[in-house]
Amino acid sequence: MIASLARRIAFALGGVLLPFALLAQLALAQAPADDPAMTSRLKHLETELRCLVCQNQTLADSDASLASDLRREVRSLAMAGKSDDEIKTYLVNRYGDFVLYRPPVKTTTWLLWGGPFALLGCGALIWLAIVRRRRKTSAILPPGDGISDDAIAKARQMLYEEP
Amino acid sequence: MTRTWRFLLPLAVFGVLVAFLWVGLSRDPREVPSPLIGKPAPAFALEKLHEGGKMLRTADMHGQVWLLNVWASWCVSCRVEHPLLMQLAQARIVPVVGLDYKDKPADGRAWLAQNGNPYQVSVIDEDGRVGIDFGVYGVPETFVVDKNGVIRYKQIGPLTPEAIERKILPLVRELSKS
Repeated sequence: MIASLARRIAFALGGVLLPFALLAQLALAQAPADDPAMTSRLKHLETELRCLVCQNQTLADSDASLASDLRREVRSLAMAGKSDDEIKTYLVNRYGDFVLYRPPVKTTTWLLWGGPFALLGCGALIWLAIVRRRRKTSAILPPGDGISDDAIAKARQMLYEEP
Repeated sequence: MTRTWRFLLPLAVFGVLVAFLWVGLSRDPREVPSPLIGKPAPAFALEKLHEGGKMLRTADMHGQVWLLNVWASWCVSCRVEHPLLMQLAQARIVPVVGLDYKDKPADGRAWLAQNGNPYQVSVIDEDGRVGIDFGVYGVPETFVVDKNGVIRYKQIGPLTPEAIERKILPLVRELSKS
């Protein structure tokens, strides 16, 4: 008797509360922050931006209060419909290229971008020079397989036969 | 010929490496050059710390050379530069505007009452938004703004006697002439 009453109350309560729960769900779904596409976009953007207080961390990783302020700023700009590039420009205008984990290619950064390839090129040149020199010294040996049958026989004789 | 090369080349590489490391050691990696130098100071309209309800706008400072000093009651190194700011205020060379950054106004007022107030006026930037516009990332920071409202210099971290004597005061003098 009591159990059935409790069940009835529970049903009634559920009937009253369910619409609210659904409404809450709907409201959450409508808020752009909980839109999974927006969330993943913000997350991606935050990993591309540097926290200036703890300079080797991204905005996404940092607990610094400036980082949370900047995350808030990035979020509100994104909500306002700004593109990723516009948001990056906003931050670069205030903090410089240093906020970007991938600095743009320009006259002051060509060494940064091109340097590794230039070094690789140097390495390749040195390697080529060494290979060429080796080839020149090995050219003293007889052509063909390199070692003649006579030479092998002679070596065998020297190795295994008592003089 | 090749022999001298063999000897000189590693030495040259070593020399270049030492030069790079030497320069690298003498530079502060925390100092990020501000892109705002040579650009107009961001426009703000903020409530004054001591006159509730009254606003100060960037435009109000037009026509004079002025300093913007970013400070806060919670900022430890602000205490380091504070005596220098007091001296600067007493010398009456240049007006200093304080930006009370991410601070509770009551805390800011109490801090100034306790330590002395070097500012012609302080404004409240409680949520740090104007700080972001100025590219602030480490309090204290000090900006020199010219008569046309263009930022000419930025000091990151506490002011030092050298920075004031060698950079800020000469710059203020030069900017005041024109």
